[in-house]
Amino acid sequence: MSAAPATSPRAARLAARLKSTEERLATVAVPQSSVWLQRARQDAMVRLKGMGLPEKRDEYWRYTDPARLLRDPLQPAKVLNVSDETEVFGEIERLKLVFVDGVFDAAQSDAIEGQGLEICRLSEAGQADIHWAQDLYGTLEAEGHTPVARPLAALNTAMATDGVLIRVTKPVERPVSMVYHRSQPDAEMVLHHLVRVEPGAELTILENGPGAARVSTVLEADLAEGASLHHVRAMGRDHERVATTHIFARLDAEAHFKSFTLSVNGALVRNEAVIWLQGQGGSAHIAGAAMGDGAFHHDDTVYVTHSAPNCESRQVYKKVLHNGAIGVFQGKILVEQAAQQTDGYQISQSLLMDERSQFLAKPELEIYADDVKCSHGSTSGEINADQLFYLRARGVPDHEAKRLLVLAFLAEALDEIARGDLADDMRVRLHGWLERHSD
Amino acid sequence: MLEINNLHVKLDGEDKQILKGLTLSVEAGSVHAIMGPNGSGKSTLSYVLSGRDGYEVTDGGATLDGEDLLDMEPEERAAAGLFLAFQYPVEIPGVGNMTFLRTAVNAQRKARGEAELSAGDFLKLVRTKAKELKIDADMLKRPVNVGFSGGEKKRNEILQMAMLEPQMCILDETDSGLDVDAMKLVAEGVNALRNEGRSFLVITHYQRLLDHIKPDVVHIMADGRIIKTGGPELALEVENNGYADLLAEGQA
Repeated sequence: MSAAPATSPRAARLAARLKSTEERLATVAVPQSSVWLQRARQDAMVRLKGMGLPEKRDEYWRYTDPARLLRDPLQPAKVLNVSDETEVFGEIERLKLVFVDGVFDAAQSDAIEGQGLEICRLSEAGQADIHWAQDLYGTLEAEGHTPVARPLAALNTAMATDGVLIRVTKPVERPVSMVYHRSQPDAEMVLHHLVRVEPGAELTILENGPGAARVSTVLEADLAEGASLHHVRAMGRDHERVATTHIFARLDAEAHFKSFTLSVNGALVRNEAVIWLQGQGGSAHIAGAAMGDGAFHHDDTVYVTHSAPNCESRQVYKKVLHNGAIGVFQGKILVEQAAQQTDGYQISQSLLMDERSQFLAKPELEIYADDVKCSHGSTSGEINADQLFYLRARGVPDHEAKRLLVLAFLAEALDEIARGDLADDMRVRLHGWLERHSD
Repeated sequence: MLEINNLHVKLDGEDKQILKGLTLSVEAGSVHAIMGPNGSGKSTLSYVLSGRDGYEVTDGGATLDGEDLLDMEPEERAAAGLFLAFQYPVEIPGVGNMTFLRTAVNAQRKARGEAELSAGDFLKLVRTKAKELKIDADMLKRPVNVGFSGGEKKRNEILQMAMLEPQMCILDETDSGLDVDAMKLVAEGVNALRNEGRSFLVITHYQRLLDHIKPDVVHIMADGRIIKTGGPELALEVENNGYADLLAEGQA
């Protein structure tokens, strides 16, 4: 491939982008740590400077303006005191790890214990010789820029000072639950988690809470043969918060990954998921339910790559949008030539509760294998008037009938939660939100 | 029970008048049938009475037990004792039949100031009633009407009626799309609900349903009005001679 002439508009744009990124980051130094972590951060910074920060005119940022995620200094956001509902996952027997304004709080956290479970704080990982993590940390994020650059993930790797490194060697029943509290209106949270699930091991990871006025999280998950990871996340109810999250998951043969995200409120959220099915017979299900009212912009951007035969993937994204809320879905299934017998499914749907709300969707399939089953669908619409009348004609009041229909609409996404008790907890949150936002 | 007086109805935003002065009175405990050709306004009548959007009442009115029916929201009409068995029951994916039934029963009880049924009591009740209508447990678990056959959908309507125990039941072409066996089953379900307090308005094209659900009064409807009222023999007359004679008579 020959380099474009220096005068082409494209090259000029790239040069301008890299220059402005360089200027923007000129005074930013990666946090100090031990050798291996320091190197991972510096490498990430080099990656970032090589691709430049995202801009609104980028194809991948067509529907969501990255400037709002990168504002400097960050815009403080009101802290919401949630007193009208029970603690998220409060009924679940779990190992709780608490972060306040993006910093691990040992006093509020449970003692780290459990057979088959190794957990280390990122901030303390420097002192320890954690071979499995040293070779892995940041590498999935680094792989994730091909074919589409994800500079905000590299920025996270470069700057994150906290997070957890988890290695699982057996099936572990008790979920590891990361709870993100926030106390300051101008707090920023940059967390980077790394999970390695060894052959045949199993783990459930929970995440919940708003965390900060501005949130950036990366979850790198490496699933060995026959491993299983279940991830359920509730992103908190704060209205003004902005958040960028990335999940990078690599699956070996017969590995199973499931991830569900509940997102309510929040001014601007971009949730990216990058999944590689690299061994035979693996499966990855990623799902999300998002509900917004008014100043709400929620973007789910997903990229699933099938590289091995006989794998299954599902993307199920549902959004309920009120009063001018905006929902975005960019989802791709890439099936490489070797990935025969792939079963790929993708659905993204929005329920528009009024005419001002918008759903912007870009579903994509790219298939190079000839014996595959792939389907995708994307729709937006209102509450079905016939269904609403039928319920009301049976005596169900209008607002309750609408609530039932909204929950029915979201059901397919909730069905992707593998554990009934976790799904029930998410339903409680949905009910609460619908109660508060019924017309 | 149900009094309809000089009811005039047109479609919202259109000039075409569908009901043109319909007057009808259904006494407590009686079964009235309305027969009429296609386009006479039978289904419009059922929708207007149950409160569906899209219709405009231009004159006249309707009361249930003396209360202005047309002034109420659909759910208020249901709580007041009105029930419409739909000609085309609606499928609701994602809402379990059982959840739907329980929500409806308890919403009505709540609206009437009665205590809600406990999960246990509800389950017992629904199992008994479902068994009588030969509705199996699987149908109760499935989403409302999704994947139900025509006969199953109509039996599900009657199950809802049995659970909600309305005072005024409107059956809109409940026989359409049913074979003889399914129709018998549905009719038995309806007959089991007949009592001195409960009234029925059975809307149908054909006389055959009325062999199974015996009406006290039969009305012939055409062009938005009742043109003739009589006893069960009127239905037989339609069966034997069609509507033509009656329509000519009505116009005369």
